[in-house]
Amino acid sequence: MSLEPAAGQALAGEEGPEAAAVTPAARLAAYVQGGGVIVPILTAVLAFLVGGLVILITGHNPFSTYKAIFNGTGLNWIFPWTSSSDRATAALNLQQTLITTTPLILTGLAVAFAFRCGLFNIGGEGQYLVGSYIAVWVGASFGGMPAFPHILLAIVLATLAGAAWAGIAGVLKATVGAHEVISTIMLNWVAVWVGSYLFALHGPLQNSDPSQQSVPVSNDIASGAKLPVFWGDPELQGLHIGLFIALAAALFFWVLLNRSTTGYEVRAVGLNPEAARYGGISVSRSYIFVMAMCGAFAGLAGSLDLLGWQFHIATNDISNSANAGLPFFGIAVALLGRNTAGGTVAAALLFGALLTGTSQRNLDPTIFEPELATNLTLIIQGLVVLIVSADVIVLTMLRRGRAMFRRRGAPATPAAEAEAS
Amino acid sequence: MSTAVATAAPARSIAPRHSGWVGVALGVVAWFIALPPALVRSPIPSILIGLLAITVGAWAIYGGEKRLGWGAVAAGLLGGAGAVASTRSGVGNLKDVVTWSALIAATLRYATPLVFGALGGIVCERSGVVNVGIEGMMLMGAFFGIFGADLLDSWFLGLLVGMAAGGVLALVHAFFSINLRADQVVSGMSLNFLALGITGYIFLDHYGDQGTPDDIPRVPDISIPGVKNVSFFGDAIGRTNTLTWLALIGVVALTIFLFRTPRGLRLRSVGEHPRAAETVGISVPRTRYFAVIMSGVLAAMGGAYLSIAFVGSFNQGMTAGRGFIALAAVIFGKWRPVGSLGAALLFGFSTALAQRLPTFSPSGAVLFQALPYVLTLIAVAGIIGRSRPPAASGQPYVKE
Repeated sequence: MSLEPAAGQALAGEEGPEAAAVTPAARLAAYVQGGGVIVPILTAVLAFLVGGLVILITGHNPFSTYKAIFNGTGLNWIFPWTSSSDRATAALNLQQTLITTTPLILTGLAVAFAFRCGLFNIGGEGQYLVGSYIAVWVGASFGGMPAFPHILLAIVLATLAGAAWAGIAGVLKATVGAHEVISTIMLNWVAVWVGSYLFALHGPLQNSDPSQQSVPVSNDIASGAKLPVFWGDPELQGLHIGLFIALAAALFFWVLLNRSTTGYEVRAVGLNPEAARYGGISVSRSYIFVMAMCGAFAGLAGSLDLLGWQFHIATNDISNSANAGLPFFGIAVALLGRNTAGGTVAAALLFGALLTGTSQRNLDPTIFEPELATNLTLIIQGLVVLIVSADVIVLTMLRRGRAMFRRRGAPATPAAEAEAS
Repeated sequence: MSTAVATAAPARSIAPRHSGWVGVALGVVAWFIALPPALVRSPIPSILIGLLAITVGAWAIYGGEKRLGWGAVAAGLLGGAGAVASTRSGVGNLKDVVTWSALIAATLRYATPLVFGALGGIVCERSGVVNVGIEGMMLMGAFFGIFGADLLDSWFLGLLVGMAAGGVLALVHAFFSINLRADQVVSGMSLNFLALGITGYIFLDHYGDQGTPDDIPRVPDISIPGVKNVSFFGDAIGRTNTLTWLALIGVVALTIFLFRTPRGLRLRSVGEHPRAAETVGISVPRTRYFAVIMSGVLAAMGGAYLSIAFVGSFNQGMTAGRGFIALAAVIFGKWRPVGSLGAALLFGFSTALAQRLPTFSPSGAVLFQALPYVLTLIAVAGIIGRSRPPAASGQPYVKE
């Protein structure tokens, strides 16, 4: 491990490879490396089993249902034995799956990055929405701009907007110790209502099309601002290049977290804020930076969805997403992916496939009704989060171990630690 | 000696504190007189009262009461500005929007589910278990309430079924956070997804595209004989739902339970210092199980109110964030039932007003819905007094 000496003092013993299986951090590392792949797979399998039970109880066949969902995902495209006519359908389905995977990777990263710093970002929804508001505004304005700078401007401003939105929670956490769970939940709903206001009838960003004045929807973005499609037909919602941007973001996440001083500080704060502070790391600066970074990931997700395939925002979409929108799946994605870059990408693919496979458009209604299947997806998602919450048991033990260590070592326990609500 | 200090200190601080409150009240009055029924059409009295509020506020700040003082200054500015705006808008519009009796009735309607949710949140968090799953428990109550009422053809049995469903979901939370020592925020969050999926699944599986039938037995309103025909009170509280009264009774009951009974003291001690509670013989797990399940039952009552009392039907995800506003009310009310009631009424009032504001600005009224969330952000930022959760909230307890 390449650790920076400046910040290392308090943590050197914990992070050093020779201290394996002695310190909490080393034990955590061993846990992640050893059982790291097995546990998430077991979690997902268990969730799908319970989901199958639900299907069975309500009088459907779980095997044919899951098979239909799988075929709806288009993942059979990769099998060599798929016939060429099936392959054409599968390609279309797989494009949908990957389109859904794109924002899931990013909203998953938005949650994972916060977790690595010991924060829980439930605000992906709001950060995503704010990003898409800015993207639709930039995309629909500046019509005369050339395509590349137009797209770049929309993406950059949306990312910054997401960062600023989440930054509010970061600043509140760092300055007055407001719990980030509460503040991000509130920011979600503020974003929802602000959006409902912006694109409502007579709202400031409602469309300017005279024949559409009774429809609460934004303007369509300029055709130049749409992300290029590299697989499939652009007219039929082919796969846009946003996927590569999301993958690049995952790579960036890994480098930032594992190969930079900042990332080291973030992880140090996540493992033990007190020790990090003692080691000369500014904990409050880390909180603000991490929340802003999370918001940037989620805001980027919003802009990619908008510039990639949505092209406009309707107030209906906003209120529908308020409860069970894509960004909420980011929580399950991050937890299942154990808050690592690779894990998040894999979990995003799983949930992207599940969401696409159960969608109205892709699931064969003669086998299982898509409306039911959508709710099945929610149940599976809930189960995943529930199960992961309990296998955080290891982390709980770590925290207790550290609390005991702290009680013996330093008598002053800051109240901020108990700031849970 | 010590009593002298104790009496001297309040004597110094009471005056600016009181003047702060007076300033806030003056700000409210400044706006109030420009609205129906008083309807003063000249802006001058309101401006004068607003200025007075600012002066009194400034004096409070000078006296050391900064928070209330600034509150009074803000109230004076807002009240004055609002009054000027009101005197410039049409009398007809004003009378449409500001009908106090109807506003009070609507406030009570919108506040009821929030009060139930907040009571649930308070019980749970006072025992040291964080509950961000109130939204999900509410949703369970909303669906299973109407499901039970439909199947058993009785609103009362439906309500019981809904409460039981909320309790079952809470039981999951209790098991995970008490026995498995799960991260309580994560497991609480998972309940919201689970409830959304479970209720949506059974709803569609059973009712399909038709939705719930129209002839669901509904929780009756209580019309108070003496009050019903009195003009103002009759419209305001003459026909209020049984569950609304129950929510108000619940606030009193929970206050007494938490702060005036030994069991309540035990529950709070478990939330503040579980180790100390354990040493005097209180079972921490048992107390927490009781509190978490209670919270599910209470939140579910709020959900059931939505489906079988307020709306009379169910649609997917119908709680629409009310559980989170309830959570906000818990924080806003500083984990006290009466404080949370105040917060719930404030949030209910802002929703009630937002329903009527479209007369002035259809899109602006939408923005008004964000008010509870913004206020909560301000509250957690500590601008309106520090809001401190129970000390052991969120920490799993392990016996030594």
